[in-house]
Amino acid sequence: MLSVSDVSVGYKGLMAVRDVSFHVDRGEVVSLIGSNGAGKSTILKTVAGLLHPQKGDILFDGGHIDHTPAYDIVKKRISMIPEGRRLFGRLSVLDNLLLGAYALDSKTEIAEALADVFGIFPILETRKNQRADTFSGGEQQQLAIARGLMSRPSLLMLDEPSLGLMPKLVSEIFDIVCAIVRKGVTVLLVEQNVFEALQISDRAYVLQTGRIVLEGKGADLLQSDLVRKAFLGM
Amino acid sequence: MPEQLLQQIVNGLLIGFMYSLIAIGLTLIWGVMNIVNFAHGDFLMVGMFTSFWLYTLYGLDPLFSIPICTALLFVMGMLIYRFIVSKVMAGPMLAQLVVTFGVSIFISNLAVYLWTPDFRLIAKPLLSGTWNLGAVQLSIPKTVAAAGSIITSLAVFLFLKKTRTGKAILATEMDREAALLMGINTDRVNSLSFGMGAALVGIAGAFLSTYYYIYPQVGGLFGTIAFCIVALGGFGSISGAFIAGILVGLVQTLGGFFFDPAYKYAIVFMIYLVTVWIRPQGLLGW
Repeated sequence: MLSVSDVSVGYKGLMAVRDVSFHVDRGEVVSLIGSNGAGKSTILKTVAGLLHPQKGDILFDGGHIDHTPAYDIVKKRISMIPEGRRLFGRLSVLDNLLLGAYALDSKTEIAEALADVFGIFPILETRKNQRADTFSGGEQQQLAIARGLMSRPSLLMLDEPSLGLMPKLVSEIFDIVCAIVRKGVTVLLVEQNVFEALQISDRAYVLQTGRIVLEGKGADLLQSDLVRKAFLGM
Repeated sequence: MPEQLLQQIVNGLLIGFMYSLIAIGLTLIWGVMNIVNFAHGDFLMVGMFTSFWLYTLYGLDPLFSIPICTALLFVMGMLIYRFIVSKVMAGPMLAQLVVTFGVSIFISNLAVYLWTPDFRLIAKPLLSGTWNLGAVQLSIPKTVAAAGSIITSLAVFLFLKKTRTGKAILATEMDREAALLMGINTDRVNSLSFGMGAALVGIAGAFLSTYYYIYPQVGGLFGTIAFCIVALGGFGSISGAFIAGILVGLVQTLGGFFFDPAYKYAIVFMIYLVTVWIRPQGLLGW
């Protein structure tokens, strides 16, 4: 579905990601894990079209997307939920959701997307006219995920969805991700909550200073020495 | 004395609504692009001259040239964005700051070259004279212009709040990167906003031409006042600019009334200094 090969991305001459290759198959949950500054977010932003690689290829369903602008990537059914939620705070919940569906043209499809999202997050329907910035952190993360689903993605990328949430809400967010996967959406996840992320992942890649140093099945990586020492403190 | 005061309040409101309309265009451009359009007043001047020449050459009354001024300024704004402003958007701060300044100098001097620096008036506009309401005299062109400003400002407000494109503009204003992730072509939003900002002063220019002197440097005064209004209302805030425009109109006429007409602009610019000093985010800024 998504194939990234030998991609290098840099900001102003500094390479944040070097020669990274990985792939995501339809129906999978794939995690990118690594410490701060390892280049995980840079990779997601590059797939989303916010950054463009200096070298390498990114293919989605067989077509090149490495130099497609971000606003066209969404139309290819790739959606990214950015770190820190990035909601349109002064707009209502409903407006945020409708902006999430900006890439869709058909009104019936937008209505379907809205119904689906309200099915997963009933709280958003009851509070749809409320301003987004009046929501608590956990509710905002729900809205951010809902907004990301409004474009009806086949590949959903989440950048640190559990960041800044209290433990109870963290597991709630992971439950939601699992529910989305069951609906047939493929997920590419970036997380610092390595333990939780690996538990729900089919496969994962471990990044260190811009390079992939390890890859494997989620369950296997949970047992690996590198992951246990570096991220789980065991 | 109370009657004169009432008259001054009315005058202040009438000019204030005009200021609001001009400032809304400026604040829209700032909100979306974080660029101060120093050529904003000169766009207004182009609107006024368009109305003047349509009247002088074709006998078209300013009231009927409003659609032409709006369309012309909209296209002019989009072209200036596309070919000049967009080129420096990714460049250093200083380039962004200076570029619209350069456009301003170019347009006003081009106007001097083409049309001489003379002051002109539209001799016999359809709208003229005054309504006599007992205690208060209402200048007809100013009243119609104020009504036009209110309607236009309301239309902008509703456009931003209710339409898909309007919401895309607001989203871009709040978080450009998030807007891109929604599938919004933010470069197109920039060019649309620049066009809209210019079109708004096209409307204002047509109205102003019915009662104000038309000359190449007229933009300097209105542009500077609009800048103060935007600072007072809060950079990027449409409703802030609307309210601040009215306030500045009132302060200007009442200041002239209580102190001395010679000081009226000094008092307006003093508000700017006080705003920056005690509430730099403006009345409705965030």
